[in-house]
Amino acid sequence: MTWDWNFVIDILPSLFRGLRLTLIITFSAFGISLLLGLIVSVFRFLKIPVLSHLLNFYVSFVRGTPLLVQAYMAFFVLPYYGIILDPVPTAIIVLGINYSAYIAEVFRSGIEQLPTGQWEASRALSLSTRRTWVRIVIPQATRPIIPVLGNYLIQMFKDSAILSAITVLELLGTGLQIGSRTFRYLEPITIVGLLFLAVSVPSSLLVRRLEKKYGTAH
Amino acid sequence: MAPHTELLKTLGGDGDQPDSVEFSDVNKRWGDNHVLRDLNFSVAPGEKVSIIGPSGSGKTTILRILMTLETPNSGVVTVGDRILWDATVGKKVKETKQTRATRKRLGMVFQHFNLFPHMTAIENVVEAPIHVLGLSKEEAYERGNELLDLVGLKDHMKHIPAQLSGGQQQRVAIARALAMRPKVMLFDEPTSALDPELIGEVLGVIRRLATTTSMTMLMVTHEMRFAREISDRVVMFDQGRVVEQGPPEQIFGNPTEERTKKFLEIVGV
Repeated sequence: MTWDWNFVIDILPSLFRGLRLTLIITFSAFGISLLLGLIVSVFRFLKIPVLSHLLNFYVSFVRGTPLLVQAYMAFFVLPYYGIILDPVPTAIIVLGINYSAYIAEVFRSGIEQLPTGQWEASRALSLSTRRTWVRIVIPQATRPIIPVLGNYLIQMFKDSAILSAITVLELLGTGLQIGSRTFRYLEPITIVGLLFLAVSVPSSLLVRRLEKKYGTAH
Repeated sequence: MAPHTELLKTLGGDGDQPDSVEFSDVNKRWGDNHVLRDLNFSVAPGEKVSIIGPSGSGKTTILRILMTLETPNSGVVTVGDRILWDATVGKKVKETKQTRATRKRLGMVFQHFNLFPHMTAIENVVEAPIHVLGLSKEEAYERGNELLDLVGLKDHMKHIPAQLSGGQQQRVAIARALAMRPKVMLFDEPTSALDPELIGEVLGVIRRLATTTSMTMLMVTHEMRFAREISDRVVMFDQGRVVEQGPPEQIFGNPTEERTKKFLEIVGV
């Protein structure tokens, strides 16, 4: 089988559409995972009796099962219980929840790095718990973990390919679809790989620069 | 430094009397370490008291219990006529509404400044007045500016702590504590973390507060000469107990207790 440039030119537009969807899924899911991860880590710190156990269970459960299994659960099993969502929203939610468990741990490390003096100064000034978290703790806890969050974003970008398994026509899904339609996999899958590379390599370089600026969190 | 007479008059007084402080039979333990032993100790309204003694003697714990950063195991602590901690033996000590309300009457300056590093000097100063005292932004900034001017940092308002020297940071921290209009100011070794050449500027500010305001001041310090100069009373503290106390001339000039004499000899007074 030889490389066919005309075929490449034919399939490039749809592969770029796939890349676009991959990026949309990645950024939306990342937004969800940041928000959920932050909420989970803050509430675990507050040590509210029952809630604390539930959140620990949430983190262990999500981290202890494969992303693919979670995606299948959401897409093939939940419909039996009347929860039916389109592939793309399902992909975003599954990826967002999956990463929230890891990002909660990252936030925890950021919060634990905060010097006790910051908590003490907040208390001495009678700042409320909410105010202390919003104005003092979270801004300072976020800064050192920015590079780590950047790495998670890149990893998430690559992991999103798994979601082709639940019929999402993101980058890999599009490549596979072209392959099964034309019986040629050489060009589509090669280009899929190259496109992933084209995004993740410069992003990794950017993260390395962020590490220099903010320092590593671990 | 500019006069600031009006501003200084409002500190501590503000129409209302400064607070007294009283510890009655207060105990604090960490495991086997008995940090405060049946401490009975009081400070009169407006009095300037320095606490001296070897490190690990529990001096700082006195301030930390007042600032509610530590909970006593037993005893009662009052500030003015308000109960801060009520820890009668056998009862579990808990922070109450009263504790939180009383805490607002105290201000603390820490050894390591503990400024918020992501905020400018003025933002550090106005944060609590706006969100705890409920001052308007204009009011808080106006007073914040005056306070930073009082500590000699008028030109550094927009600097973040990393752009300031240790001495400047500690002066911002003093302005931040004063912005809460405390009736009692607590200084926890305010110059111990500073390079020698920066100590003077911080002591200068504290001296000014001690000599011109009616605030009650309680200071843990290793600066013996300074303690002698500004204090109404000096308290020698060791192993969780008050060893000896009295006017500075007596403690430094004619101490009666062996422990005090030894301590002063070691620190070179």
